Amino acid sequence: MPLTPPAEPDLEPKMNWASFYAVISGVNRHSTGIGRIWLSVLFLFRLLVLVVAAESAWGDEKSGFTCNTEQPGCNSVCYDHFFPISHIRLWALQLILVSTPALLVAMHVAHRRHIDKKMLKISGRGSPKDLEQIKNQKFKITGALWWTYMISLFFRVFFEAAFMYIFYMIYPGYKMFRLVKCDSYPCPNTVDCFVSRPTEKTIFTVFMLAVSGVCILLNIAEGIFLVGRACSRHFRDAQDSPIGALFMQKLFSY
Amino acid sequence: MSWLTLYSQLTGVNKHSTSLGKVWLSVLLFFRIMILMLAAEKVWGDEKSEFSCNTLSPGCESVCYDHYFPISHIRLWCLQLIFVSTPALLVAMYVAYNKHGTKRVILRSGNENIEGDLKALKNKRLPITGQLWWIYFFSLLLRLLFEGGFMYALYTIYGSFYISRAVLCNVKPCENQANCYISRPTEKTIFTIFMVVSSSLCILLNLAELFYLIAKALIRSFQLSNRRQDCNHLASKFEEAIPMEKQTSPKY
Repeated sequence: MPLTPPAEPDLEPKMNWASFYAVISGVNRHSTGIGRIWLSVLFLFRLLVLVVAAESAWGDEKSGFTCNTEQPGCNSVCYDHFFPISHIRLWALQLILVSTPALLVAMHVAHRRHIDKKMLKISGRGSPKDLEQIKNQKFKITGALWWTYMISLFFRVFFEAAFMYIFYMIYPGYKMFRLVKCDSYPCPNTVDCFVSRPTEKTIFTVFMLAVSGVCILLNIAEGIFLVGRACSRHFRDAQDSPIGALFMQKLFSY
Repeated sequence: MSWLTLYSQLTGVNKHSTSLGKVWLSVLLFFRIMILMLAAEKVWGDEKSEFSCNTLSPGCESVCYDHYFPISHIRLWCLQLIFVSTPALLVAMYVAYNKHGTKRVILRSGNENIEGDLKALKNKRLPITGQLWWIYFFSLLLRLLFEGGFMYALYTIYGSFYISRAVLCNVKPCENQANCYISRPTEKTIFTIFMVVSSSLCILLNLAELFYLIAKALIRSFQLSNRRQDCNHLASKFEEAIPMEKQTSPKY
């Protein structure tokens, strides 16, 4: 019997929702309070529901799709005609694209930390304790980081809205029908095709659309909060400076 | 991303709960989430593929299944467990926010033993008073609302918790009444009753915790008002005593 060496342990990082969750939850630290709520809603009501419930409801969507015909290929063609892209895949894409702008903020923070470390080392105060402090430092959302954060918020809202629109274009209306009529080649005439679990799918579609809407509202609220905070900070700083005081005086003299 | 992630989040909440809250969490984790993950999902695994109707009409089985099972028990319980677990995370978020504020104060204070203070803060258990009491109370109300809501939804959709062996179906395109046979009905009934009983137990525990919180708050405010009365009483006696002393003290 030939001796085979023991299999090497799988050291490559696995690409699954768990690793995605680990990456995105790392961004949590640099978010505002509303941002953290958005992240929790995303994980609990979208990602978790998708993984534990929705995926099993759509599990047999192709095998359960039956047409009233014996014509080979008709089943497959009709399924493809009515479901160009499955709801589950659309939601998975949406979740990935909507979460990734948050990584912009993480990248900006990492860049700033790198610059700070470099400056410390040049100035000669690069002790391990100071470097450790930089690693754990939490940056305020001001200046360039504010702009990065606003850009990431804009992209989040843009992707959410874009996917809601794509959804509407591909599947107008939220209702999943029990019966669809198909006459694509090679079906001999208009055949009745029956969709598997349409009511359950409608319930989950409505749920996911509603939570998407909530996420859009949270993102808009966060944007308004950040703009409001920046304006109030600007006014506070303006009052302190002599030019700002002059400006305020002229403003209130009208 | 699975039940294990939710499980790890929930066990973190355990620290800031009352004793009844810890019992509720254990019931939720062991009798509901684990049973769902390890047993119930397998029982309902072949619910659609093994649902067979006494007909050759194409599409009849699919339509009858959809008519009698608009949403599968398993999916309903998954949604219920997610919704019921989320209010507990509100409390965890508030505690984290509170501790973050205290951490800032410690870091700015410039004490010598900062690391020790931070470690003590990390392991500190906040008393359930003031704002935390209201947030906890609100989270309990939400839990009760969601539990009750989902139990009502289950009863409304299925009429009873008993799953029959066969159902009569005459929804189009079934030509006439077809007998449709459900897979593993007795096993499903047993698990449905088990999950309903665990749900009811959780509702009772939440109600008990609610009354316990209210009672504790009432006792605390009663004790505070008693202490205030005693203080006022002492203060008034002290004021009475002072003018007498002023008269007797010599004038310089």
